[in-house]
Amino acid sequence: MSVNRNVILSLIDRHFQSLLAGWQACLRDTSIGGAQREADAVELATRFLEELRRCVAIAQFDDIRTSEWAPLRAMLDDLSRTRAIQGFSPAETAIFVFSLKEPLFELLGREVGSDAAELARQVWTTTQLIDKLGLYTIESYAKTREEVIIRQQQELLELSTPVVELWDGILALPLIGTLDSSRTQIVMESLLQRIVSSGAELAIIDITGVPTVDTLVAQHLIKTISAARLMGADCILSGIRPQIAQTIVHLGLELNVVSKATMRDALALALRRSGMAVVGRAEPAKPTTAAE
Amino acid sequence: MAEIPILKIGDCLLVSIQVDMHDRLALALQDDLTQRIVADRARGVMIDISALEIVDSFIGRMLNNIAAMSRVLDAVTVVVGMRPAVAITLVELGLGLTGVRTALNVDKGLALIRRIIDSEELDADRVG
Repeated sequence: MSVNRNVILSLIDRHFQSLLAGWQACLRDTSIGGAQREADAVELATRFLEELRRCVAIAQFDDIRTSEWAPLRAMLDDLSRTRAIQGFSPAETAIFVFSLKEPLFELLGREVGSDAAELARQVWTTTQLIDKLGLYTIESYAKTREEVIIRQQQELLELSTPVVELWDGILALPLIGTLDSSRTQIVMESLLQRIVSSGAELAIIDITGVPTVDTLVAQHLIKTISAARLMGADCILSGIRPQIAQTIVHLGLELNVVSKATMRDALALALRRSGMAVVGRAEPAKPTTAAE
Repeated sequence: MAEIPILKIGDCLLVSIQVDMHDRLALALQDDLTQRIVADRARGVMIDISALEIVDSFIGRMLNNIAAMSRVLDAVTVVVGMRPAVAITLVELGLGLTGVRTALNVDKGLALIRRIIDSEELDADRVG
């Protein structure tokens, strides 16, 4: 292995510029971005080669997770994070590392010469190293993407569960988006908490913003409704679109709850149940009658 | 063994459960309550569980049973003051307590019992 280390080391030392130029040509062929991205890539390539040279000089080839490889790993982490955020695809990110193979192998071929067995050995160890670095880049890219997804999920959860007080003792719960178990849990908790704090006896659950109602969503709705009932509050379901009404019947779901087509009807029912009515104001007295 | 007091308010009985319910206590309560409904000719039973932090399936079934028993004895049962966490747990256990009326607090519970009794009497008048 030490032979190989020296070969690569001297190769990078002596042919640094030509290696860089060859790599950049490869990068240019594969890159899709504009001039700005190209300039970035050139700078990154230079830094990467310098780091690689330093690491190859001191580190073991077979495990890139050791501390000697840390600076190179940090650089790749940085690279994949920025590319993941900028919207590069995984392939576009990994090609940065893998495209180093072509100029490197070309140089190796020239260096080792006609000894086929030796060339094969050198190419094998080098390709293993480059592959490890490339895979590390992809892993790190995927990790960044996952972080983004998890953060967005949490933001969605926080955004999507408002409980609104419509009138004395009447709450509204406009649901937007699909109801899964974790969201149902949060919706239920915030609704029950509001029932306690406001002493409401009626809650209108509006599902206008729920795209589809399948058996699972219906089950979650039923759970929420029965929990509210246990607390002593009645629920009215509203915002059922015609399509969803059909689905509910086709699936044979039994919701066992008063339902209204629109929030408006639900509010009217809620007001009537709590003994209130909305009436138009009487016409104000005309000024002429006042003058008489 | 501690005993759960049963208070009489007008024609209603109020049971406020303040201690952790274990199973024998629950059975004793069923016994006492049915006897008191008959003795006091009560029309309504209110069970206040606002102090209960844990309600398991046995207690859930007991509440259902009490409601069914008092219905046989012509009294309505209202469970009041259930905590949100308890409500969620019962729903997750699959216990909807469908035979039991519920209210948020004692005030609303009394009002609900009054409303139910009144409407029942109205129905009886109409039939008569």
